[in-house]
Amino acid sequence: MRRDRWWVQPALIVAALTVFGIYSIVRAILSKYYAITAGGAHLQSPFFSPDLPGIFSFKTGLPWAFLVLWAPLGMRSTCYYYRKSYYRSFFLAPPSCAVAGAARRRYTGETKLPLVLNNLHRFFFYLAVLVVAFLWYDAIRGFFYHGSFGIGLGNAIMLINVLCLSAFTFGCNSWRHIIGGKLNCFSCSSAARTRHGLWQKFSILNGHHQFWAWISMFTVGLTDLYIWLASSGVFTDPHHVF
Amino acid sequence: MSETLTAGGTRKLQIWRGDLTSGELVDYELETEPGMVVLDAVLEIQRSQAPDLAVRWNCKAAKCGSCSAEVNGRPRLMCKTRLDHLPADQPITVEPLRAFPLIRDLVTDVSWNYEVNKKIPPFTPREDLPEGDFLIDQADTDRMSEFRKCIECFMCQDVCHILRDHRLHDRYYGPRFMVRMASLDMHPLDGLDRIDQIADDGGIGLCNITKCCTEVCPEGIHITDNAIIPLKERVVDARYDPLLKILGRNRRRPGKKKPAV
Ligand code: SF4
Ligand code: SF4
Ligand code: FES
Repeated sequence: MRRDRWWVQPALIVAALTVFGIYSIVRAILSKYYAITAGGAHLQSPFFSPDLPGIFSFKTGLPWAFLVLWAPLGMRSTCYYYRKSYYRSFFLAPPSCAVAGAARRRYTGETKLPLVLNNLHRFFFYLAVLVVAFLWYDAIRGFFYHGSFGIGLGNAIMLINVLCLSAFTFGCNSWRHIIGGKLNCFSCSSAARTRHGLWQKFSILNGHHQFWAWISMFTVGLTDLYIWLASSGVFTDPHHVF
Repeated sequence: MSETLTAGGTRKLQIWRGDLTSGELVDYELETEPGMVVLDAVLEIQRSQAPDLAVRWNCKAAKCGSCSAEVNGRPRLMCKTRLDHLPADQPITVEPLRAFPLIRDLVTDVSWNYEVNKKIPPFTPREDLPEGDFLIDQADTDRMSEFRKCIECFMCQDVCHILRDHRLHDRYYGPRFMVRMASLDMHPLDGLDRIDQIADDGGIGLCNITKCCTEVCPEGIHITDNAIIPLKERVVDARYDPLLKILGRNRRRPGKKKPAV
């Protein structure tokens, strides 16, 4: 029997994921204060990108953020790393290694609905790439204030956030498979050799997937919080336009 | 605490004694020496206090995989676990592996693993290879050599909750054999399409990638990241990806043939 404090880690994970989940839902329901626009700026919160009302020019009081949030949330909830963490900490299957947890429940792993749907993770990866592309667009657009180049704290935060999200997204196990892992012969053609090289590079990122999963979850939440506070007038985003 | 302070001295051990019908943890105390490993302590107890204590070991160099046991509740090689790395203020518990039937004391019957192994067709060369041409590129051997490090200690099998807690030995081969399956399926010269066996008889869908196998592997094999997840993705290619199905590419495995059943 394990006598160490094995329950600390699952407890922390439950706490962190619950806080993040509640925060996202509250923000989506609010669907307000999601862009800093004072002084010709346009800093869009990552929770609200792509900016559907902006693109399709409509105004709504409805929580439209749900229309975009399902994609990144789907990416995270089918991600191989997050699966490990919630199976352990929420499903207690198992809560920690060599600890029985929910052992008496009938166990079917990922063979039955709904968990068998986790096998479609790669489609959420495709969507996540799209979202990350929008976030890069947002981050770059953020440097232009009424068309003139400028730099501010908000810009730095958005850039760091999109870098972290990219590191998380491209460390994905499905991507590692698609880019080269599925090959059985790395040397049989020049395309295979190129893919082998890429597979090696993304494997390094994949080795730190858990790290980037957490870091990017914090950066995305904090970026949104920053934009929420600055756009609702709690403080102004310090920046300099050249 | 520095190692020199904790090394040596009197230590308490609680060793599981019994057979399939009954058993209990029995307390022992012994004078230890700096640098001792758990196996040293157990063998010393066997020599001086309990000559009938059953324990299996062989190389004492973490290479034969015989001395697997559960030390302080975690699967470990007894010969690789130093006493001074275990908390000094508590007795050290030593128990047999849980996932397999007990023979006596610390010895379990791991033969189920050998039965599973027999079900896996060995390397079968592709039919389209030029006669006698078995050249493989370094890039391809690199990926497989990790899997070759396995010493069959079966601690990953022991810690896997599918076998350990749910006792689904008839539905899942266990992580050790997913490693073997990966090394065969990824082999550039292997001619068998093993996906059906991996998914059906092998039961890879039962694994929920909670990574305990990887945590305990004494050889540091990335069982989940490098064997199981890649195999799961291969199963997705063949069975779940609707896009590949529409494109008719879900069963495209050049050089691989379904095994004759
Ligand atoms: S990752 Fe899968 S094979 Fe490994 S211990 Fe967990 S359930 Fe078992
Ligand atoms: S994969 Fe690792 S833990 Fe499993 S049997 Fe082989 S050496 Fe032991
Ligand atoms: S995003 Fe984590 S595995 Fe794909």
